[in-house]
This record gives sequence, C-alpha cells and structure tokens, in this order.
Amino acid sequence: MAVHEITKQFSLKEALKTFGLPRIIIVLFLITLWVVSMSLEIPFPQLLSDTLVRWGMNGVLVLAMVPSIMAGTGLYFGLPVGIICGLIGGLLAIELNLVGFTAFFAAILFSIPLAMIAGWGYGWMMNRLKGSEMTVATYIGFSIVSLMCIFWAMAPFKSPEMAWPIGRGLRVTISLASRYDKILNDFLSFRIFGIYIPTGLLIFFLGMCLLVKFFFTTKVGIALKASGENPRFSQASGVHVDSMRIIGNIFSTVLGAIGILVYSQSFGFLQLYTAPLFMGFLAAASILIGGASIKKASILHVLLGTFLFQGLLVVSLPVANKVATLGSLAEISRIIVSNGVILYALAQKSGD
Amino acid sequence: MQKVERTNSKGGLDRDKVKRFLVNNIVTILFLVLCLVGLRLSGLSLAFYLNDIVSRIARNTFLVLALIIPVLAGMGLNFAIVLGAMAGQSAIIFITHWGIAGMNGIMLSVLICTPVALLLGYLTGKLLDRARGKEMITSLILGYFANGVYQLIFLILVGTVIPMNNEVLVLSSGVGLRSSIDLSGGLRYAIDDVIRVTFPVFVLYLSIGFILFSGYFLYKAIKNKDSRKKKKYIAFIVLGVLGFVWALITSLSISAVNMVRVPLLTMLIIAALCLFTHFFFKTKMGQDLRTVGQDPHIAEVSGINVSRRKIQAIMISTLLAAWGQIIFLQNLGAFSTYGSHEQVGMFAAAAILIGGASVSKATIGHALLGTVLFHTLFIVSPLAGRNLFGDAQIGEYFRSFVAYGVIAVALGLHAWKKLMQHKNKQV
Amino acid sequence: MQSSEYVLQMDGIGKEYHGNRVLSGVDLHLKPGEIHGIVGENGAGKSTLMNILFGMSVIQSTGGHEGVVKIDGKPSSIHSPVDAMNLGIGMVHQEFMLIPGFSITENIKLNREQTKPNLVSRVFGKDMRTLDRVAMGKDARQALDTLDMNIDQWVTIAGLPVGHMQFIEIAREIDKTNLKVLVFDEPTAVLTESEAVNLLKAMKDIAKRGIAILFITHRLQEIIDVCDRITVLRDGKMVAVKEQKETSIHQLAELMIGNKVGEVMRSKKKDVCTEPVILSIKNLKVAMSGEEVKNVSLEVHRGEIIGIGGLAGQGKLGIANGIMGLHPASGEVIYEGESFKLNDTIHALERGMAFVSEDRRSVGLLLDSSIEQNIAFTAMQRQEKYLRTIAFLKQANKKEIRSLAQQMIKDLDIRCTGPTQMTRRLSGGNQQKVCIARALCLNPKLLFVSEPTRGIDVGAKKLVLQTLVRLSEDLGMTIVMTSSELAELISVCDRIAIVTEGKIAGILKPTDSQVEFGLMMAGAKDGST
Repeated sequence: MAVHEITKQFSLKEALKTFGLPRIIIVLFLITLWVVSMSLEIPFPQLLSDTLVRWGMNGVLVLAMVPSIMAGTGLYFGLPVGIICGLIGGLLAIELNLVGFTAFFAAILFSIPLAMIAGWGYGWMMNRLKGSEMTVATYIGFSIVSLMCIFWAMAPFKSPEMAWPIGRGLRVTISLASRYDKILNDFLSFRIFGIYIPTGLLIFFLGMCLLVKFFFTTKVGIALKASGENPRFSQASGVHVDSMRIIGNIFSTVLGAIGILVYSQSFGFLQLYTAPLFMGFLAAASILIGGASIKKASILHVLLGTFLFQGLLVVSLPVANKVATLGSLAEISRIIVSNGVILYALAQKSGD
Repeated sequence: MQKVERTNSKGGLDRDKVKRFLVNNIVTILFLVLCLVGLRLSGLSLAFYLNDIVSRIARNTFLVLALIIPVLAGMGLNFAIVLGAMAGQSAIIFITHWGIAGMNGIMLSVLICTPVALLLGYLTGKLLDRARGKEMITSLILGYFANGVYQLIFLILVGTVIPMNNEVLVLSSGVGLRSSIDLSGGLRYAIDDVIRVTFPVFVLYLSIGFILFSGYFLYKAIKNKDSRKKKKYIAFIVLGVLGFVWALITSLSISAVNMVRVPLLTMLIIAALCLFTHFFFKTKMGQDLRTVGQDPHIAEVSGINVSRRKIQAIMISTLLAAWGQIIFLQNLGAFSTYGSHEQVGMFAAAAILIGGASVSKATIGHALLGTVLFHTLFIVSPLAGRNLFGDAQIGEYFRSFVAYGVIAVALGLHAWKKLMQHKNKQV
Repeated sequence: MQSSEYVLQMDGIGKEYHGNRVLSGVDLHLKPGEIHGIVGENGAGKSTLMNILFGMSVIQSTGGHEGVVKIDGKPSSIHSPVDAMNLGIGMVHQEFMLIPGFSITENIKLNREQTKPNLVSRVFGKDMRTLDRVAMGKDARQALDTLDMNIDQWVTIAGLPVGHMQFIEIAREIDKTNLKVLVFDEPTAVLTESEAVNLLKAMKDIAKRGIAILFITHRLQEIIDVCDRITVLRDGKMVAVKEQKETSIHQLAELMIGNKVGEVMRSKKKDVCTEPVILSIKNLKVAMSGEEVKNVSLEVHRGEIIGIGGLAGQGKLGIANGIMGLHPASGEVIYEGESFKLNDTIHALERGMAFVSEDRRSVGLLLDSSIEQNIAFTAMQRQEKYLRTIAFLKQANKKEIRSLAQQMIKDLDIRCTGPTQMTRRLSGGNQQKVCIARALCLNPKLLFVSEPTRGIDVGAKKLVLQTLVRLSEDLGMTIVMTSSELAELISVCDRIAIVTEGKIAGILKPTDSQVEFGLMMAGAKDGST
C-alpha cells in the first residue's frame, strides 16, 4: 500500500479557504452579536432556547433544498409548491377533527401523496428548462401561491376554526392551539441551565436529516448524486438522468410538505394565502450560509446554515430594540442578509 | 414570445403563416381575449375605463420601455430596474423634503437621481456580468436585496445618521419615514398638469403624428423597393386617417369620452423615449449591443468589449427606470414609501412579455401594447371578481396569478426553446 | 535584413505546453499571391501554428512561443486576434463566425461598421454615431461581387445554405482592405463537391489579387490542385517544403506519416479473421458533432484487438460513441449473432460491452468523487454489484467497495493517497487507469477504448497499452481501440481500420507500409495517385 500512497499535508489555510469567507464573516458576526447581547443584559439562555426551537422548526424546510441541488436542478425555489401540499394535508387533518400526534402524523400522511404528484409534475417541467430552473421555478412558485389564494378564498371547508364566520373562504391564519400546537417541541422536552431543549422537535429534525443521508447511500441516491454532478458520466453508465432529476424534485417537495407542518406546529398556526411566497428564498439563504453552493449541498450545510441564520435572526431583534427602538431592524437585516448571501452564491464563477 | 425561425421565403397569406402567427403570439392573443372578457364582466363604461387606462399608460410606459435595451443585449429581463426606481424615488423624497414644487422640483429630481442611478447601474452591470448565464435570477434577488438596503436607509438611518427634521415626512419617533407620502401641493401632477387635452383631441394629435411618421417611412420603403414594409406603412396610414376621423366626430359630440383628459407633456416624453430607443439601435453602441445579444462569443472574438457593452446597457436601463419612476410618482400623487417601487421590475416585465416580447427579443411595439393589456387587466380584475364571485379580492388574486404566470410561461418557453436549439445543433 | 519579398515570414517557431513540446524550428515563408498548403497528421502542429499566427490566448497564457513572425519583413508581436486582424491576417474558420440573426452586410462589417456623426454623437461621443448603411451596403456588395455571389447583401443569414455561408465568411475577410494573408482551415469539410470546386476557384481568384493564402486540409488532391508550395509537418517539425510541380500525393502521404516503427507488444501473432465475428456493423451513421460517422461497415472478430485510426474530425471517435448510445446513431448492428439495439446505453452495457471514453474529464469521471466511488459506479448501477439489501432498499456496501478499490489500485498501479482521494487530484494517467478500472468491473466481453493514452506521459503510456494487451491475451477480451496515434495502433493492434470523411477508407495490417496509411487518411481512393 505504501508504494501507492502519497502523504497529504493538513493546511490551515486550505481548511479556511474551503470554509469560505462569507461563512467566516457570518460566524464572527453572530458571535459578536451574542457578546453584545450579553453586555446588554439580554438573557442568553432565552436566546439559545429560541435559537434551538427555530433551528428545529425551519430545519426540514432547509433540508428540502438538498435533493434538488444534488440532482442538478439548483436551489429549490419551488418550495411554495411543497408547502401548499403540506398545508392542504394540515387542513384535512383539522377537517377530520383529529387531535394530537394523530393529527400531526395524519397531516403528514395526507400531504405526502399530494407532494409526490406535485413534485413529479414540477420535476417534469424542470427537465424541459435545463439551465434556467431557478428563474422559472421562482415564478411558478409565485403563480401557484396566487392561484391557491383563489382556492383558499373559495374553499368548501366548513369547520368554524378554519373558515370565516361570514361569507366564504378560509381564514388567513388558522390556530392549532387546540390540536397539535407545539406537540413535537414539548415532547420529552426539558430545561437545563435555564435553556429549554425541544427534544421531540430536535429528534424529528435530526431523524429527517439521517433519512436523507441514508438515501444518498442507496443505489438510487448514488445515481441521483452522480446525475447532478456529471450528467454525461451518468448517462454513459446507463442512468436515466431525467428520471433522477424528477425523483430529486419529488423528494424535495415531500420534504417541503413535511417541513411546513413541523414549522406550523411550532409556530402554532397554519399560514395560508401569501405566506409561502418568500419561504423558498429564506430556506435557500440558510443552506447557502451553511456553505452549500448551487451545485452541491450536504446535511452539514443544512445543520450549520439553519443554526447560523436563525441564530442571527433571534439575536438581532432584542439587540436592535435595546440599542434604539428599531423594531423593524430584524426584518430588514433578514432581507439584507438572506438575499445578500444568495447574491454572493450566484456571483461565483461556476466551473462550466 | 420567441419567434419561430423563418427561412427567406416570399409568400402571400397562407394557412401555414396564419398558424405560425398564432403560435408565436399565443400569450398576447390570450390576453387580448382575457381583457375583452374582463371588460364585459366588470361593467365599466368606456369613459371610466379610458380615464383609468390613460392615467396608467402615462405613468407606466416609460418604465416598461426601460427593459428593451438589456433584452436586446442578451441579458434577459432586467428585474433590477428596481434600483433605478429607488434612485428616482429617493430624489423625489428629498425634493419634497426641501419643499421644491412643480417642474423645478422635477428637473432637480432628475438632476439628483441621474448620477446615483448611473452608479447603481454600473454596479448592477458588473454583478450581472459576473453571474453570466444566471442574469435574470441574479437581478431578481438583487432587487430584493436593494429593497432591504432602501428600507435600512429610510427606516433606520433617516433621523439618526441622515438628519431630517420634517414632521410631515418623518415618523413621530423622529426616526424613519412615514409609510406613505403625499405629493399634493408639491410634485403631484407636476409634469401632467403642464398641458392636458381631452381624449379625442389627443387622438387627433396622435393620428396626425402617426400619418406623418408612416408617410416618412413609406417614402423610405418606396425608395428601397421594400414591398413588405410598404404594405405595413400603408396600413398604418389608413389607421391614422381612421383615428383622425373618429377623433373629429367624437370631439364634436357630447360623448362622455370628452371628459377624459390626457396629460400631453407626459405622453410627449414617452414618445421621445420611443424615438430615442429607435434611434439608439441605429448607432454604433446599439449595434454592438445587439451583436453581444446575438452571440457574445463572436462579439468577443471580433474585438467588441462584451463586458463593457453589457454594463453600459444596464446603466442606461437603470437611468431610464429612475426617470420613469419620477414620472410614475408625480402621476400617482401619493405613494407608499416602502411599497411603490417593490413590484416595478415584475410589473414591467409582465407587461412587456404580454405585449409579445420574449427574453431575447423586445420592441417598442411590445412595450406599448403590453402596457395597455396588462393594465387593462389590472383595472378590470377586481370588478370582474366582484361581479363573478362576489369578492373583489379574488379578482386581485387572479391578477397576481396572471402576472406571475405570464412571466413563468415566458421564461419557461424561452428556456425550452434554448434547450431545443442546443439539441438541434448537436445533430 | 529587410526582405519584403515575403509578406509573411515565420522563423524558428516553437511551442511548449507544460513540458510537452508540440512545435520546434518551423519556418514558413509566404510570398504575396502565393497559395501555400500545410499538411500533417493529428498533433503534427498545424493548429498550434495557426494559434500562434492569430495571437490566441491559449498561446499567451501558457508562456508564449519561440521564434519570430514577420509581416512584410517587419518583426511583429501578435497578442490577440484583433492584433492579427490589424496586421492584415484573416481567417476563414471551420465553424463559421456568423450571426444567423443578422444580415449579410452586418456580418461582413461586424465591429467595422462605417458611421456618420450626428447631434447626439457630438455631445456624447463616437459611440453614438449612426451607422452608414448606404456605405456598408456598397462595400458588402463589392465583396460579394468579387466572389461571384448574386445574393442580396441585406438578406438575413439564417437559412442560407452552408456553401453560401462559407463564401460570406470569405467576403468578410476580403472586405478588410489591409488583408495580406488569408488562412483557410479545412474549408471543404462541410461543402458539397460542387461547392468545394467553387471554393477552390475563388481561392485562386483571391490569390491573383495579391493576397497570400494558407490552405490547411487533409485532402491531398485539393492540395495538389491549387497550391503553389506545400509544407509538410510531422511531430511538430517541418519535414519538407515542396513545390507543387515537384511532388505528388503519394510523396506527400509518405512524408506525412514518416516512419512509425514502434515496439510491437503483441506476442501472439495469429490470423484473427479465423475467429468468429462478434460484432457486425453495417451502414452505421452517428451524429456526433465534430466526429460525424456517415456510413461505416465493419466486422470485429472475437478476441482481436482492432484499431480505428484516422485524422481528427474524420469520424473515428464517433463509432464507439454511437454503438454505446452516447450519440444518436442509426444502422444495422449484430452482436454475438443477435440483433443489437442502437441508442440504448443500458442495452449495450447489459450485453457485455464497456466503454472507456476519449473524454476522460467530462464523460469518464466524477471528478469530485472518490476513486472508489468512481470505480464501483457503473457495475453497481447496472449489475447490482457491491450492494446490500436493507428492507426494500439497496445500500452501497462500503466494505466491498473499499476492498475492490484497493485491489484495482494495486493491479493497475494507480498512484494516489488512497481509495478516498478525489479523482480530480490525480494525474492524467492515473485518472485514465480509474476509468479503465471502472470498465473492468463490468467484466465486459467487448471493450471500447478511445484515446487510451491521450495526455499521459511516456512511462504510463506503455503501462496502459500493456494492460490492454494483457486483457486480450489473458482474458480473451475483444478490444476496439480508437486512437489518433498511429504508432500505438501499430504496436498493439491485430488490424487497423482507417476512417476518413465518416467512412472506412480501408483496413490495414500493422505491417503494411506507411504510405498506405497516409493515403487512406488523405482520402485518396484505392491508395492510388
């Protein structure tokens, strides 16, 4: 073995370069804000608790980016499609008057077949748009959200917690307080050093991550990864690249559906109408902050990116409020950071 | 929409040509039908509709025209005209703060926003050049990013870093602009009010102008023995004469249409931009831009500085958007500080696409037709929604759906076309 | 010493790419009005010489070139295509540099349009001058008339026949008033016979007007027909400069090929034609851009190593790609006695074929994956190897893949830091070995290998070729080897088929004379003059 091996040297410079300048800046920024917050006497355990909750709550939505990126279809800006499937599942669960874990898992169960069909259609379209997937996906997402607004406004659901008391149509936000609000978060949760650990939520999130990781070690997953990395190579090995792309998009859509249900149970509300419009961008920004690129993403990127992004959001609001009563600073910084990160990713000269 | 490739065949009117025309212009035709149906369903009278549409054309056309140059330079739909709009809007805000009214205020606004818009255009151009192949999504995200920066400036920095002592404009806390700004007494209608004429009189002037222009082009076409163009301009002249006759008759009657007033100076400014765009593509810069749009590789090898030309295209587009936003705001009269500029890119793009443009080809005609159709839909949707479903909101959702959908379809078709072309090259 | 007798002088031209010498001591002297032909095999240095003449960036960015280029006796430095154009050097490219959406005039005048000043330009500068369409049209008309072309100069280029497009390319060059030297690079490749005749006539007309012409082509007949003098390049050196009157196609072919005696590696000398036919190809057509196969019929015998050779762009690479379904193909193929479906990569792989592509980096490897992932990939996907079943899912068996990779690394002597190294980091030769390893995992009966030693250093070359020979002799594998290097085909193959202009020009034995190879590659019929 020794004859064939060349020793590799570990280089700190190389490691930093791989980590990426923008990531370093964001990590430093976050740590700075944490330090500032502590000096402003903002309770750190509370910050950390909120960060953990938001980490778990947004994580699966960010995870939905991965299959699409790996299959070569770029950032999954069609996330609204998956989200809508999840919302429909959630509505059905309420209409059937389910509660608790039954309701939550039933919602997921209902939305999966819907998401699979939608994902298949979406994937089919992406195959006809090779090279322009992201741009068209954005507008497909927007149009479908608008179309669904019409549907929500005319929906036949009767349940009083969902529909307006007078006239037709569903409410803009539907409370889950009596059904499965925070059901995952509170499951097996505990407090340590004043920090609230939403165990159930984190278990679910990490479980989904493991599921995705496992998928990419299967024969199909390996073929999918190869199709995204080098379609010509894959074709030469007899892999149906187009089918792999569709599978990737189906998987992304399903994750999007599950993701919004996880998000909603933590948030306490199902948000209809125009809420899903920009969720795709936020999820994309999260995974890019984590170090992913438009062509390559890993579970690590999801975990790290979501934590950093949500961490920033959580800490910036109280800090801004303490520094000057600038309530909207959090929202503004979210816009600037998330879009700025995506811009940076787009401005990278790609290898082709 | 992308035109199907034609071989150099001379032929008369035949089934094949009609079919091809329909396929190439399916979105425009669909929209025309949609608008006509919507007009019926809305129950609007002609006068009401004309009043509204004239206003909308006056304030939006300039912005839509700003999209043409980047399209022909091969950079797709420049969603980042939002940055130019923000520059123009910022200028208006400051002029209003300094209390300068009327045309003086407008001229000063134009003066202030021009260098800012050019700088923003330059930076945008550089960014888009780096993101070659992904220009449209990049310009889209850039628009969102810039919006964040705009909010940072006007919501956070005004009153803190940027001193502005103005009870009317600034929130009671002393920091940040109020969410809406009223231009009455200041810049409101500053351009519009210079000359207003009734609608028939406007059509009269328009017809005369049409006849004169078509006559000039007809003369050129006869000289060049171009029979195709000859037919086109003869048709235009006939149209012009019909318009003239209609205008004459209507102006002498008691039709409600005579109550509709048209801001003449604004329309003249728009006409000037149309002329400038037409002239621009006959210049060296315009030709170079077209070359870059057709084939950047060949342009590069022939010695054209592709990056420089692309940046120039974006700079001009951004500048035009800045001026266009000034026209837009003075017509609107009162605007939402944080919302008026947000959808500028999207609406302009949807309008020009509806007019028949594609991601790689856009003409003045597309911009004009598209603006009329898009805004007609805007006017009729809520009313039609209310009459059909008892809910005006549904009409508005439908409006959004259509606007987004049109862009999605146009982008999709373009991407598909590109893919097909690439495949055919392989064979 | 000023010698303005020559319009172009290239003295002592040499070029080295990262230690790889492709040109040395090449001299080229052109008189005004002379038609000078350049012939040579693949890799003889023709393209590199032209790249130097045109100041292409690929030359500048890799250390420039040796020697001096003189225009009209003055030493000149050409650092970009625009420099070349300003010095009066023009080129008619193989792939037209024409914009389909523009008119003929616009194409002819690209970035050289005539302009008139106007109001705006007086304020904002030259860029805003109006195009002088009248003047442009006049010039374009003149250029077209010189070439005897009747077509209206304002017609759009899209849809015009290929022959016309080529003439418009020429019109663009002769419109440049300072044109001194015009280079034609394989111009007749895309033309019909009559169009080619017109082109050669036009060439002569242009030369009569005092413009010197460099004519690069593999069709020796055309060379003899129009050229005054001919330079033969071989292995980067200038082997001869002949007057047209003093030479023949036969001699040129001989000079082109030279003496290809290499080490013969084949130990078993048998008559492979006694073995049964394993693959029968009839009327194969493959649409592979740049390597189009027009009509190939070939029979491959079991156990043989058959070589497919020929000049670049003539179609040899298209055959393997077509059979393996990587590019659209049509024709009749019979494999192992049964009819074989084309355009179906899975079918080809399942029937026991494997392919090592000529395009290592784009088609042969997943550069950002590890060696072991690459090696195991195809066999895993097609033959369900290296997997273990968990519930109803098939997961990659890491242990099996690891030991497989280690075995292959040992057998093929792949120099690396281990099975987990990214293939991007390997040298060309080792990357090639990974590709071969991947193909071998399939246990193929028929192996297609294209350009097996391209970009590999001499030591590794030998190893790769020896591996192929071993596969045939020890395992009885049938090998179809496509290569631009005649020397390695001769040293390894039992028979060698030469592909010219998309068809099989003939099948030769390694022991046949060099001239015969040369003539076949040159497209001379029946090897006769």
